[in-house]
Amino acid sequence: MYERLAQFAQTWGLLYFVVLFVIVLAYALWPKNKKRFDEASKIPLRED
Amino acid sequence: MASSTQAKSFTFSEGGVAILLILCVFVSILIAAKTHDPAMAFHAWLGLAAAAVGVFAVFNGHFKRECNIPEEIDGKPNYQMGPVKVATALSMFWGIAGFAVGLIIALQLAYPALNFDLPWTSFGRMRPLHTSAVIFAFGGNILLASSMYVVQRTCRARMAGGLWPWFVVWGYNFFIVIAGTGYLLGVTQSKEYAEPEWYADLWLTLVWVIYLLVFLGTLWKRKEPHIYVANWFYLAFIVTIAMLHLVNNATVPVSFVEPKSYIVWSGVQDAMTQWWYGHNAVGFFLTAGFLAIMYYFVPKRADRPVYSYRLSIVHFWSLIFLYIWAGPHHLHYTAAPQWAQTLGMTFSIMLWMPSWGGMINGLMTLSGAWDKLRTDPVLRMLVVSVAFYGMSTFEGPLMSIRAVNSLSHYTDWTIGHVHSGALGWVGFVSFGAIYCLVPWLWNRKGLYSLKLVNWHFWIATIGIVLYITAMWVSGIMQGLMWRAYTPQGFLEYSFIETVEAMHPFYVIRALGGLLFLVGAVIMAYNLVMTVRYGEHAEEAVGHPTAVQPAE
Amino acid sequence: MSMMNKHAIFEKNSIVLTVGILIVVAIGGLVELAPNFYLKSTIEKVEGMRPYTPLEMAGRNIFIREGCYLCHSQMIRTLRDEVERYGHYSLAAESMYDHPFQWGSKRTGPDLARVGGKYSDEWHHDHLVNPRSVVPESIMPGYPWLAEYPLEITDVSADLATNGIVGVPYTEEMIENARADLLAQTDPDSDDIDGLEERYPGVQIRAFDGDPGRLTEMDAVIAYLQMLGTLVDFSTYDDQADVNLR
Repeated sequence: MYERLAQFAQTWGLLYFVVLFVIVLAYALWPKNKKRFDEASKIPLRED
Repeated sequence: MASSTQAKSFTFSEGGVAILLILCVFVSILIAAKTHDPAMAFHAWLGLAAAAVGVFAVFNGHFKRECNIPEEIDGKPNYQMGPVKVATALSMFWGIAGFAVGLIIALQLAYPALNFDLPWTSFGRMRPLHTSAVIFAFGGNILLASSMYVVQRTCRARMAGGLWPWFVVWGYNFFIVIAGTGYLLGVTQSKEYAEPEWYADLWLTLVWVIYLLVFLGTLWKRKEPHIYVANWFYLAFIVTIAMLHLVNNATVPVSFVEPKSYIVWSGVQDAMTQWWYGHNAVGFFLTAGFLAIMYYFVPKRADRPVYSYRLSIVHFWSLIFLYIWAGPHHLHYTAAPQWAQTLGMTFSIMLWMPSWGGMINGLMTLSGAWDKLRTDPVLRMLVVSVAFYGMSTFEGPLMSIRAVNSLSHYTDWTIGHVHSGALGWVGFVSFGAIYCLVPWLWNRKGLYSLKLVNWHFWIATIGIVLYITAMWVSGIMQGLMWRAYTPQGFLEYSFIETVEAMHPFYVIRALGGLLFLVGAVIMAYNLVMTVRYGEHAEEAVGHPTAVQPAE
Repeated sequence: MSMMNKHAIFEKNSIVLTVGILIVVAIGGLVELAPNFYLKSTIEKVEGMRPYTPLEMAGRNIFIREGCYLCHSQMIRTLRDEVERYGHYSLAAESMYDHPFQWGSKRTGPDLARVGGKYSDEWHHDHLVNPRSVVPESIMPGYPWLAEYPLEITDVSADLATNGIVGVPYTEEMIENARADLLAQTDPDSDDIDGLEERYPGVQIRAFDGDPGRLTEMDAVIAYLQMLGTLVDFSTYDDQADVNLR
């Protein structure tokens, strides 16, 4: 039981983690998104 | 849309709150009539009184206001800042109460006579009062206040829910009162940081769901296309705390008129659940929530956008992903399964990276504006809080390593670690936020005295340093004494010898706590003077001035 | 119209965000918590373990009420010095009937997992009333009220029954006799002794607070302390047996 769990964690678990991280990185670093993020970062500073 | 009309009607939210509170009145009467337990009866009467006052307030508010409250005034959002003001003030109040109780229990450990041999003043009942007062009352109220403030301003929309935000703030604080008085009367389910019994838990669940809806509702009304990253952190905090709260408080009450309940989990499962909860209370209440404060108030106060918005997105997802796994590092070398311990340790160590990513993001926001640290003690407080965040998130992964943990666990090192995070990070970032909020909310040009902020900063910093160094020394010393052997192979020290050795450090710790409390009292004075005598901010630039209708 | 469309997408975004957060945090919790309910090592039963007697449970509830767990752990780790100081390391099975668990997180005072039988009842009585009368350097608070408050025994059956609901194997007989069992445990002359011993093997029976005439909270607390860690017989327990290796 323990071995099976450990094996699962070391393969699928690792994959799940890496894929998730890559998706987040891609989303954050995608050149097209840069403008939107720059806009968003100024939200607190804009006055109304 | 009801905006800009002069009509006045009894709104859905007024009706909803009134009906809910009337229901509470009846439930309270029922419980008060049926229960044999004095603590439960006391809480039922409290509930009755609070609900009755609430009903009165709803109708009074309705009859006093002249028209329906507009969404916008002259094209500007008509922000709802009443609940934010109340939560800010209550945060300060509970903060001082919580620090004071902390000082008392610190002194009790140095001078046990201060337990007074009375049930309601003994350490075992006062300690949960301290932890709950600082985490949930002080921290919780500033999270409520700042989240309601930030979500409105970054969405450029009035808060959703009409009267419900008021219900959230007062309802949450009623929970605090029930929890705190319960501890003193011996009502506890003994799960650390989740001590309140089932009826308080149920009430909190109700308040929390409404809080989530108010927050989401405000996001739905937003005029900005993007949801600012601080709101992501607030949302993660609200959603995850709801999940943790429900799972860790799954209890079966002995009867509906008795405070006692038994949790459905047992032994190992309960321990795993508790520390999954416990560590994520740190991760999502004391970290995600206060990171949200950092992501709004540091840029705002420094008057420049956050260093890297992209980094903040990576920070967000990796932080919430990793934190949720870290809990079992509280159970090293125990009867909890070793694979879980290893998993918890691995993720705790990985957690170091997003934590420092966040810290760098906060600190580097100041790049090019470091000179402001010299002139603005509030900004200095915010920045030092981020530095403390970096320090305790370095220490945390270190302590989660099995070999280190075998020494640190069960000792004061853990207490010192918690307080470097709690006093340095959570405390200072909250102080910084409150120092910003009070002039903004009460429409003042600035604080009454920056000099006093400076005094607060230094007194509290010295207090923190005294506190954590005393705990490091006492913790590591005790850990080493427990495992010390004589050359003949016998344990060198009896337990009581290690207790004796810690006395001087307990005195130093209490002194550190006293300084921190003194700082907070100076702060409260400064804030009161700001509200009473501060200059009005007619022509102030860079500070929001909300239009305030009578609420 | 176009404004409406945009708005709908924004609304979705916040829901997407909420759901994303929920999925990410739920997976971690599920993977870590769920296996504990079926992995052998965490649910193995060990010879000697039995549910608490009504009196012990009353004592346990007072232990919880006074916040004792804040300074006393009940979990001996698998470290040499701990095993030598406190006794055999704690087994998962030893807290299988604990709702909630009492492992603690801080040792301002010593571990209590195996405190049962280490001190006399009189020592516990004196120590709880005034700790410094027996340990001059102690920083523990005094609990003199335990010796004065009569033990509340109106709802003993309900406590057992509720524990039954959450999985503790209390039989109907145990629940029915809860009150009688509680009274009998402090009274060696009681007629119910045989039944009590049959239902709770190894139960200790005596006036724990030294006063047979009165049933106080002190009776319950001492009864609880004196049974802690005594149920499993470690002279016969084989930690190298297959089921106990993990």
